[in-house]
Amino acid sequence: MYVIYLIVYGFILTAIIGLIASWIDRKVTARIQYRKGPPFFQPVFDILKLMGKETLIPKGASKTVFLVAPLIGFSSVVVVSTLLWVNNNNMSNSFLGDIIVIFYLLAIPSISIMIGGFASGNPLSRVGASREIKLLLGYELPFILAILVPIIKSGFSLRLEDIISYQAQNGAFATYASGILALFVCIAVIQAKLGLVPFDSPEAETEIIAGPMVEYSGTGLAIFRLMKNMLLFTLPFFLIILFLGGLNFDGIHILYSAIKYIILLLVITLIRNTNPRLRIDQAMRFFWGPVTGVAVIAVILAVLGK
Amino acid sequence: MLKSPWVFHFSTGSCNNCDIEVLDCLTPRFDIERFGMLLAPSIKHADVILVTGSCNRKSAVRLKRLYEQAPKPCLVVAIGECSLSRGMFIYSYNCPVPLDKIVPVDAYIPGCPPKPEAIISGAVKLIEKIKGNL
Repeated sequence: MYVIYLIVYGFILTAIIGLIASWIDRKVTARIQYRKGPPFFQPVFDILKLMGKETLIPKGASKTVFLVAPLIGFSSVVVVSTLLWVNNNNMSNSFLGDIIVIFYLLAIPSISIMIGGFASGNPLSRVGASREIKLLLGYELPFILAILVPIIKSGFSLRLEDIISYQAQNGAFATYASGILALFVCIAVIQAKLGLVPFDSPEAETEIIAGPMVEYSGTGLAIFRLMKNMLLFTLPFFLIILFLGGLNFDGIHILYSAIKYIILLLVITLIRNTNPRLRIDQAMRFFWGPVTGVAVIAVILAVLGK
Repeated sequence: MLKSPWVFHFSTGSCNNCDIEVLDCLTPRFDIERFGMLLAPSIKHADVILVTGSCNRKSAVRLKRLYEQAPKPCLVVAIGECSLSRGMFIYSYNCPVPLDKIVPVDAYIPGCPPKPEAIISGAVKLIEKIKGNL
């Protein structure tokens, strides 16, 4: 039962939706810049091509860690999406504290990028990896505070099941003031977790080439790209479960679910295309200043019942 | 490989004119992302190396090293008169050999500088060549 969920939902379905999402992202970006954009199957071709290329291991790298790092991040994304699908489709399978498990598993992709960056032995990778650490320290605090809002709202429950069923009865949390504020905080955090433009200083292509990815080629790079594409689905899915009432697949609800996800994806893409890159200190100040402030206000509002 | 060639741009000391024409291909008017081409930031991600400029004694060594670092299969495209035949630098003391004596070249795009249309047509011909149609 769980194995089926792990393979069918956690890996295959998430990968397919993630690849489509990455195509939507690239196409919208191209249309914003008055370009025509890539064909529909482009992300699939990219992954397949990278699988067929030679894998090079640089001379100063520690071999095992360099090769294992993409797998660590990829497997954690698969586990997260499996947990989310299980909770979304079949609520009786949830366990106490799964929201905490998901929260920690979502930090592992960033950590795997760091491990890979440090293991490759390239100075630019090291700079990128150290920026990734700083960014992780920056966004974890407001993310915890924002996740507290649905927990408080659903009567201090640490089960995703309670959060979903509470929203099914009383309406989505995003209709409350605290829910809206927490959703905004989460969108900013997601942008940093995905490494997209205002917070892409770990991978700044124009200054440190590709950051931790510099030395990756072939299969390692393909797994990292697939991981990023799957995160592009998994993170908005987590937000939809927390704030917008989860995805529902019977009857007309499938349309609403698609609209919820595509709107979140478009918001992410638009933020990415209309902002310049922040320096790492500016990003830290942004997350520990205004974003954390908004998150604290949201938590206070949630405690007051707004 | 055919559907998503990521290009890496290497200038071996050209006059920057070919480089600007290469960058033109990324702009809205020409948009090579239609063919799935992206400008790769690192040589380890590249499938195609675009070389502009006449290889001089300094950059020839570096070009060779870059080519060895690129994950195979990897193609090389020479862009502009200078990299094809050294152009006006053919008698220069600093340009001992043309590009195809240093690394194997798969496509030549002549012009000084070649138009973006010429570069796109060269890229399409390269893809056809790999398919075996040309």
